[in-house]
Amino acid sequence: MELTRRLWSGVLASCMLLAAPGVPGAQRFITVSSTTSTENSGLFRHILPVFKQRTGIEVRVVAQGTGQALDIGKRGDCDVVFVHDKAAELRMVKEGWFVERHDVMYNDFVIVGPKSDPAGIVGMKDAIEALAKIHDTGAPFTSRGDRSGTHAAELRLWKAAGINPTKATGQWYRETGSGMGATLNTASGMNAYTLTDRGTWLSFGNKGELIVALEGDERLFNQYGVMLVNPARHPHVKRGPGLAFIDWILSRDGQKAIAHYKINGQQLFFPNAKTSGR
Amino acid sequence: MLPLELRDVSFAINGRTLIDHVSVEIGAGPRTVILGPNGAGKSVLMRLCHGLLPASAGRIIWRGAGSADGSRQAMVFQRPVMLRRSALANVVYGLKLAGVSRAERELRAADVLDAVDLSAVSGRPARVLSGGEQQRLALARAWALNPEVLFLDEPTANLDPNATRDVESIINQICAGGTKIIMSTHNLGQARRLGDEILFLSHGRLVERSPVEQFFKQPASAEAAAFIRAELPWN
Amino acid sequence: MNDLNRAFAEAFGLIGALDAKLVEIVTLSLEVSVAAVAFAAVAGFPLGAALAVGRFRGRGSIIVLLNALMGLPPVVVGLVVYLLLSRAGPLGEFGILFTPAAMVIAQAVLVTPIIAALSRQTIEDAWREYEEQLRSLGAKRLNAAFTLLWDTRFSLITVMLAGFGRAAAEVGAVMIVGGNIDGVTRVMTTAIALETSKGDLPLALGLGIILVGLVIMVNAAANLIREAALRRYG
Repeated sequence: MELTRRLWSGVLASCMLLAAPGVPGAQRFITVSSTTSTENSGLFRHILPVFKQRTGIEVRVVAQGTGQALDIGKRGDCDVVFVHDKAAELRMVKEGWFVERHDVMYNDFVIVGPKSDPAGIVGMKDAIEALAKIHDTGAPFTSRGDRSGTHAAELRLWKAAGINPTKATGQWYRETGSGMGATLNTASGMNAYTLTDRGTWLSFGNKGELIVALEGDERLFNQYGVMLVNPARHPHVKRGPGLAFIDWILSRDGQKAIAHYKINGQQLFFPNAKTSGR
Repeated sequence: MLPLELRDVSFAINGRTLIDHVSVEIGAGPRTVILGPNGAGKSVLMRLCHGLLPASAGRIIWRGAGSADGSRQAMVFQRPVMLRRSALANVVYGLKLAGVSRAERELRAADVLDAVDLSAVSGRPARVLSGGEQQRLALARAWALNPEVLFLDEPTANLDPNATRDVESIINQICAGGTKIIMSTHNLGQARRLGDEILFLSHGRLVERSPVEQFFKQPASAEAAAFIRAELPWN
Repeated sequence: MNDLNRAFAEAFGLIGALDAKLVEIVTLSLEVSVAAVAFAAVAGFPLGAALAVGRFRGRGSIIVLLNALMGLPPVVVGLVVYLLLSRAGPLGEFGILFTPAAMVIAQAVLVTPIIAALSRQTIEDAWREYEEQLRSLGAKRLNAAFTLLWDTRFSLITVMLAGFGRAAAEVGAVMIVGGNIDGVTRVMTTAIALETSKGDLPLALGLGIILVGLVIMVNAAANLIREAALRRYG
């Protein structure tokens, strides 16, 4: 057993030598598990250099759907989790997987759909009623179907409308089982409605016939939270640098960096941290 | 390790008998030529003797002293297989497998390449040599092992007359060094030039064994007589 | 058609500008895949040679298995390697998940069956040609295996190329174990997947064109070496 272990370390060490990126060992970095929506929107590329400049800490972002992003955190494969499924986040903090959870910012979801608007929801203000109309008219709707934060939000809306769309899976309701971008590509390809976060939508390049059909309903607000993987469960977690990141993103400086990120003059994320650092 | 005794040896594959109850004793000294038409079983018989094929029945025994396992033997094939390395390295390779010390390998290999007149190309890749050169190299590779017995399976079948003459001359040199030559051919002229005794094979059976002069003058079997008659005009 | 034109324009634009980001991604792609193929060769060639010249029980089943494993789905390999390297997994203590090393391991796992299976075929064909000669010279099977590995070295270059093509083209495994971290584990294929999900299809396709061009160049270079060597060594 000992020998096998040594052998493995040898093999792994030589892998590192061969394939390690040009990163000197002394450099400090943390791994942040986040969602495709934040990564795809370009937010991280905007704010992380600021953080690096302040602290010298490099942030490596692994972007997955919220479900997988949380799982990566539970397994201890990252230091900080930055996602948008508040209910799940709070539950997992209670279960002891994470500590130091804080609200960071919110953005909003929009319902996008084809210009022709077969369900006739353009101009409506109530997201629930709009979904009910899509259901009633049988207009195609694509869903992430991937346990992501966006998917969870969508399912909450359907539930509020008293509709179980999964019964119509494969008919007017199509689950792509993939990320926001892929789902938007699908919606664009088949002129379907879908629920998307505004950030991904704004930076999305393949809109085709799609337009924003409904926006502004408060129920479409999407809260992002940040939390540290519990070092008591995973001793290797980089507690100090991880907390430094959390502190910074909650600080006036970090919140300002978030607010400053715009695409085509539109602000994507609205900082709303309650504490400004500790 | 000679004499080599074959006791009632048969070899069959896929229900076809290729060697049929052959019994013979081959001693040191005279050059033995295994003669016979195509498909008579000459190559198979040599492979059985050399140990490349297992006999289906009967026994093959090296009765002499020393090397009871018959390890001091070598074989040169109709189409030599050259390794993708230099001519010299091909000879060295055989010596290495034979357990010759590193220091001695190169010396011996160089000597033997000189003897087959390949010194000039010893550094060339073996596979780009001409057919005749490759066969001489194959002889050198076998000769370097200083075998007690050398099997040659139709060694000139694919060569032109000049190359054939070179090969035959090398075979004679090897023989003169005390190595027992056992060679198969279907070429009567070659059998006459190189052979001291003839083993005549037909349909897997050993039909006749005679000294070479007697074989050509007065073959004892009707099959041999017919074979000589059929082949002679073209040789 | 318009999209395709834009994709080619993107591709040539990126190449022309020698975009630093692009160079970084291309370099990492090559490093990871080359390292993976190197490890896979170290494991796969001896295995292929052993299967080619060896005669033992279960040999046939192993060959069938290897041939089947050539079609291993990258995501499955990625998932298994992920679970092994995860902090919660048996090799978690090394902390190499989401590093290029993890990507090398995943691709090596993916490529090893390809190299083993194809080299087995190549070496077995050569063994048929060499067997009598080598046995006559007294070579045991182990000697023969090494001799054949060396003698088929030019054909084995092609085998490695097949492995390289597979490694360089796959996205499923490196996405999972590398995490597509900007500047750390982002390679050509994960970058393409990312740009696709952003809906920037021309850029994604442009990157794809560069990737294909790269693979063609590697193959052409290897082929030139092979041809020259064959001319030289016959």
